[in-house]
Amino acid sequence: MPYTRLVEVGRVAMINYGKDYGKLVVIVDIVDHARALIDAPDMVRKPFFFKRMALTEFKLDIGKTPAKKDLIAALNSSKAFDNFAATAWGKKLASRKAKAASNDFGRFKAMIAKKAKSAKVKAALKK
Amino acid sequence: MTTDFKYHQYQIVGRHLPTEANPSPSLYRMKVWAVDEVCARSKFWYFIKRLKRVKKANGQIIAVNEIFEKDPTVVKNFGVWLRVLSRTGYYNMFKEFRDVTMNGAIDQMYQDLAARHRIRASCIQIIKTAVLKDEECKRPIVLQFHKEGLSFPIPHKVVRPSEKKYRSTFKASRPNVALF
Repeated sequence: MPYTRLVEVGRVAMINYGKDYGKLVVIVDIVDHARALIDAPDMVRKPFFFKRMALTEFKLDIGKTPAKKDLIAALNSSKAFDNFAATAWGKKLASRKAKAASNDFGRFKAMIAKKAKSAKVKAALKK
Repeated sequence: MTTDFKYHQYQIVGRHLPTEANPSPSLYRMKVWAVDEVCARSKFWYFIKRLKRVKKANGQIIAVNEIFEKDPTVVKNFGVWLRVLSRTGYYNMFKEFRDVTMNGAIDQMYQDLAARHRIRASCIQIIKTAVLKDEECKRPIVLQFHKEGLSFPIPHKVVRPSEKKYRSTFKASRPNVALF
């Protein structure tokens, strides 16, 4: 089967809609064909549509609907949320966030750095 | 507590008005689903006058309480027994749903009957509801979610805008919905 990211208990997912946009959550039970029960350390467990989440490559080793402290323990031991930040997807989100948070001078410095870099690349290619 | 359910569950207690012949009439308690308290009272009279010799003109409502889900963070199987009026006549039905709240299951039930049978909400009478154990369930649509270690892919993924205001009718490029 070509699929590696499955909907299953313990799967880490990212919410991509609504007020919890960008939040990492864990699927703790499957409600039906369209919804899963999701949980995170700082939220009340609730059902959520698959349509509104994106599955990540990480999966925790937990049972169905664990207690909050067991979920937090599983997250701490697996470091899934930290590992997510180290993936290409996590880095992209972080750089996007940094860019949005930067001011005009910050963007100017980035532009100068980019120019200097491309000048070096061009010079190296010319040789 | 989410309040976005269309139908809420009410417990209604009513009785016949005290008379000289019967100064302390017996109380009747009923659980009904209705959009609000006013509709719940109306539903109570609708059912009680079919079951007992009590009607709105000679009866009174003692209490109306809304019933909330005890644990709305746990997935359960709900069974609903129904009496529905179709174009031909009355039918009895039993349906199962998976949800975290009974109200959610009842909302699903109204949607399901409207979709599969074109039955309007006014033609539905809920006879009984229950929370079912896994081994009590009968319907394959519910049974398929009881498998141990259940997992399945989402093969079709439509990337949707992060907020409603970013929705657009027309797109510059056709979306790629395949997901591997």
